[in-house]
Amino acid sequence: MNKDIYVIIEQLDGIIKRVSLELIGEANRLSKKLGEKVIAVLLGNDIEDKAELLIKYGADEVLVIDDPMLEPYMTSPYTKAVSSIIEKRKPSIVLFPATSIGRDLAPRVAARIGTGLSADVTDFDIDKDDKSLLMMMPAFGGNIMATIVSKVKRPEMATVRAGVMLPLEKDMNRSGKIERFEIEFDDSDRDVLIREVVIEAEEKDDISNAEIIVAGGIGMGAAHHFDELKVLADELNGKLGATRPTVDAGWIDKSRQIGQTGKTVRPELFIGFGISGAIQLVSGMKKSKYVIAVNKDPKALIFDISDFGIVGDANKIIPLLIKKIQSYKASKIHK
Amino acid sequence: MIFNEKHELIRQLAREFAEKELGPIAEEIDQTGIFPMELYRKMGEIGFLGVFVPREYGGAGADHRSYAIIMEELAKVSGVSTIWMSSPNSLHSTSILRFGTEEQKEKYLKPMVSGEKVFNFSLTEPGAGSDAASIMSTAEADGDTYVINGRKTFITAAPVSDYAILYAKTNPEKGVKGISCFIFDMNLPGVSVGKPERKMGMIGCPTSDLVLDNVRVHKSAMIGKEGEGFINAMKSLSIGRLGVACQALGLSEAAMKEAVKYSKQRVQFGKPLSSFQHTRFTLAEMETKITAMKHLVNDAAYKMDQGLDTNKESSMAKLFNSEEAKWVVDKALQIHGGYGYTKDYPIERIYRDVRAASIYEGTSEVQRMVIASKILN
Amino acid sequence: MKILVCIKQVPETTNIKINPLDNTLMREGISAIINPDDKAGIELALRIKDKREDADVTVITMGPSEGIKALREAIAMGADDGILITDEVFSGGDTYATSLAISEFIKTLEYDLIITGRRAIDGETGQTGPEIAENLGIPQITHCTEFEIEGNKLIAKRQFDDRYHIIEAKMPCLISIIGEKINPRYMTVRGIFDSAKSNSSCEKKDKKKDRIRVLNYDYIKEKIEASKLGLKGSPTFVKEMVQGISGKNGDKLTGLTEEEAAEAIFQKIIERGFI
Repeated sequence: MNKDIYVIIEQLDGIIKRVSLELIGEANRLSKKLGEKVIAVLLGNDIEDKAELLIKYGADEVLVIDDPMLEPYMTSPYTKAVSSIIEKRKPSIVLFPATSIGRDLAPRVAARIGTGLSADVTDFDIDKDDKSLLMMMPAFGGNIMATIVSKVKRPEMATVRAGVMLPLEKDMNRSGKIERFEIEFDDSDRDVLIREVVIEAEEKDDISNAEIIVAGGIGMGAAHHFDELKVLADELNGKLGATRPTVDAGWIDKSRQIGQTGKTVRPELFIGFGISGAIQLVSGMKKSKYVIAVNKDPKALIFDISDFGIVGDANKIIPLLIKKIQSYKASKIHK
Repeated sequence: MIFNEKHELIRQLAREFAEKELGPIAEEIDQTGIFPMELYRKMGEIGFLGVFVPREYGGAGADHRSYAIIMEELAKVSGVSTIWMSSPNSLHSTSILRFGTEEQKEKYLKPMVSGEKVFNFSLTEPGAGSDAASIMSTAEADGDTYVINGRKTFITAAPVSDYAILYAKTNPEKGVKGISCFIFDMNLPGVSVGKPERKMGMIGCPTSDLVLDNVRVHKSAMIGKEGEGFINAMKSLSIGRLGVACQALGLSEAAMKEAVKYSKQRVQFGKPLSSFQHTRFTLAEMETKITAMKHLVNDAAYKMDQGLDTNKESSMAKLFNSEEAKWVVDKALQIHGGYGYTKDYPIERIYRDVRAASIYEGTSEVQRMVIASKILN
Repeated sequence: MKILVCIKQVPETTNIKINPLDNTLMREGISAIINPDDKAGIELALRIKDKREDADVTVITMGPSEGIKALREAIAMGADDGILITDEVFSGGDTYATSLAISEFIKTLEYDLIITGRRAIDGETGQTGPEIAENLGIPQITHCTEFEIEGNKLIAKRQFDDRYHIIEAKMPCLISIIGEKINPRYMTVRGIFDSAKSNSSCEKKDKKKDRIRVLNYDYIKEKIEASKLGLKGSPTFVKEMVQGISGKNGDKLTGLTEEEAAEAIFQKIIERGFI
């Protein structure tokens, strides 16, 4: 009989990633519905001292595999370690973060132990009738939400999108068992060689890789309106972008420019204010996943490529939107 | 079936190319008058400049249907790009392929279809437009050479071309049978070009006079035999007509798309234009004409691929499409109202571009002559 | 050197609707394209072929017979041949069952390198590649942005969140490609005409043999039971699909007060989990 929810913890350079805590938080909520325990699986080299933290954030137990073979991350030894744990301990659910490492590791493990895997889950639920795990995932760029169920094989496995689940508050009084798990590695487990690791010093405020972009066009009317826009971008943990005419007008720095002669961006969320949507701009942002546009002109081309549009005055809407986000965040903290 | 799976892929390729490469710069080309030559060579690499030129001469070895599809798709995005495309495919390669020697084919066709070299087709003169037989340029035999004199006008790409394919009279007394065709380097002494014309549309391909002042070419520069020039020119123009019909079709489709988009967006009297019966009826008629245009193009291209004589079909397609395209584009602009009269909307450029279609490569009047003579023959 | 590129045919747009009557995706009228990351994979394979005379590129896809068009496109770009894996037995499979089937076919082929895209724009799982690598027991390098070949080793640049690795693997191995910065070449007109035998009676028969092979379950039936494949063999299944938030050219609201407008945007941001 399979039981307990196992969370594969991601650490990078010895630092536990936030997404791991989010997963423990979600596992904790699920475990209450199922009456099972949350077991965090911590892999790495010289990593055992981080186990306590996972307990404080909601894990009931931590399994630690501490081995030089596990630093830096390589697919093969990690697959071996996680698969061994699953085979020996028979969890009912295994959660991986949907990060680069999680997406590299989880399918390899799934194929090895012969079970299903849901990708990029953004929400979980437990079926009222048969207690099976319902895994909600976006497909088609979020246009379709699919609910995936795994009924035949155990464990049920999923990668979980970062930034969606909420971690629990750190509880200094929590305690739990920390256990070492040993794996015999040999040279054949090293099937690739990492020649070089380059941590990319992100160009300060580079918009190219931003997940969220708040951009302004000539419809913003004046340079100083970009100050408010910057506040909005900051509130959303996003970056500020701009169109060519605003750069040409000297309202904003060229490094912000999106489009054919500027940068190409592909954020998850693009909010454009006062942007007409000329082809020069569109070619630089058309791969944005979700586009919101605000423009006074109902026939602005930007609306053709937007998921959601508002015909209205950007400069009046922006301050109100900032206030809403701020008060929402404040209410979250107090909860 | 007129089309098969290959043609589907051809359309996909042309559409991708047009949207990715031409779309972002179409307006800029119209404004600056400059068509980037890198893009021309890219068209060559993909195979757009020698669609049905045989492979041994560097062509794609495809068919006329493919040519028609590519022309149509490119015209939807940039009218002038199809002038660049159609010239080597029709006017330039046909005369060499049909009448040229093996040596000429080897020498000229490869750089032509790769886009490395630009050619021009010099037939029209100030006094000889539709009446091509009345050209005044002369080529006088002198030993192993010919000495060419005369003035050509409205020569597409003359200011930027490397070679000229030129028609001149070797025997003025013989009328049409006294015309011969030559190919020669534009750098030869005595060749000069005039100032580019300030055209209304199809901007991005310079058109100018070409002046020949005692230009001495070797006998081997003649394409075909002495006196075969006129029939050579007419054959070349026949494929050219299919190309213009495709241009007109593509421009009409682009206009249709703009009209539909605008009519849905634009609200007057509290309703989008598309909900007024007048607009709806206009759009319906536009669509019907466009569909008829397609059928004429497809029919001509298909018959060309069967090796049939398509003089009549090409002329009918060119006549109908270029005339109806003017109507369709005009209606599309009318739907745009005042905005359509500004350069902020693509319909303005389309309107100027489409106007050339019923004029060049044989005016509508000439097409009627061709069609009538086929009927009455 | 033999390169296999696994590609998937996906709907051209992600703006897809669910048929409320039978809860299936409405794909009618939406044309199919080669998944962008996979097309980048073809491009990288062809770049190897550009440099090496001995390189041979085979493109593989699984799905209904329309997949032939994707293979023809790959061949028109420059690939040598294509394999379509098609059978009712495989349909409805999740990534686990699908990768099992594809792996069985790959086992019958020679290969030094397998290239897949990082993920498909429809299902967006990115799982089939690593699952194939596991089934074949070969190393994988996922999230590659570029790579080169040195002798029998493959050197790849792997993008992992905030860092990249220069990583080396012995071939045979499998790599998955992040295609965003790769600009795949166009087909050529000549390539399109070479990509298939003509099926129009009026054209001359192509001299070359058909470069596309169509294989079905019979080809691997000795190796794997049908019950392990397709919908039957899938450990997961889709219980329900609902329409997500609307696609491009989405709702456009007019006549709202500024307060209402701000609220509407705020709701969208929350719904989508951006805060």
